[in-house]
Amino acid sequence: MATVELTFSALPAHVRTARLVATAIARRTGVAEEILDEVRLAVGEACSRAVEAHRLHCPGEPVRIELRDDAGRFEVTVTDAAPSEDVTPQVPEADNSFMPEMDNLGIAVIAGLADDVEVLPGPKGMRIRMSWPASPNGVAAL
Amino acid sequence: MDLKLDHHSEDNLTIVDVEGEIDVYTAPRLRELLIDLVNKGNFHLLVNMEKVDFLDSTGLGVLVGGLKRVRAHDGSLELVCTQERILKIFRITGLTKVFGIYASVEEAKEAHGRDK
Repeated sequence: MATVELTFSALPAHVRTARLVATAIARRTGVAEEILDEVRLAVGEACSRAVEAHRLHCPGEPVRIELRDDAGRFEVTVTDAAPSEDVTPQVPEADNSFMPEMDNLGIAVIAGLADDVEVLPGPKGMRIRMSWPASPNGVAAL
Repeated sequence: MDLKLDHHSEDNLTIVDVEGEIDVYTAPRLRELLIDLVNKGNFHLLVNMEKVDFLDSTGLGVLVGGLKRVRAHDGSLELVCTQERILKIFRITGLTKVFGIYASVEEAKEAHGRDK
């Protein structure tokens, strides 16, 4: 199992860097090209949510992201240090008059993109773990 | 890639051309533009997303915020988008039911003309 860990200051500009790193490692891990866009978006959503939460509660604390190649799966865990309550993904009703609240839209997007998602809110922060299938040998093994 | 924004008016429709990445870093610029356009009396907006490389939920929030603002003036905010990677996020969030999404600016202009 290979792991890359990255911590970054809770600044919006760094979310793009986190997306790029995650996509590069996913590619090396052997995630299929057609899934890389989903990885990029889901990791970006998780990091954006963490950055926004830190800016509200603890702007000096860094956001942490772990990227793991684990037995044929590419696993990403984004951990923040801001207190969070239980979250429920929201999507609009068919009725056009309904305007969705945007707070949990990022979680809804992650749930729609990742093959496997676990959202663990808590008083000391939230952890979002998501994973996708990867080639057992990975590109790195070539 | 950074975000490039441009806009021009045709009849009573304001076309906003967006190019690049709309995320938590760049979305505030799009939000400011949409607010500025509405404040200046542009209530029918068409956001052309054909050159958008990346869109996340922050960007969706800005578009929904813009839609709320124009609807307060009986206006409209519609989109041009054919890229599957961008359309997917609208489908996942159910926002295809909220926005009119067209395949081209011309198609959107025709539909807008019919609705006038």
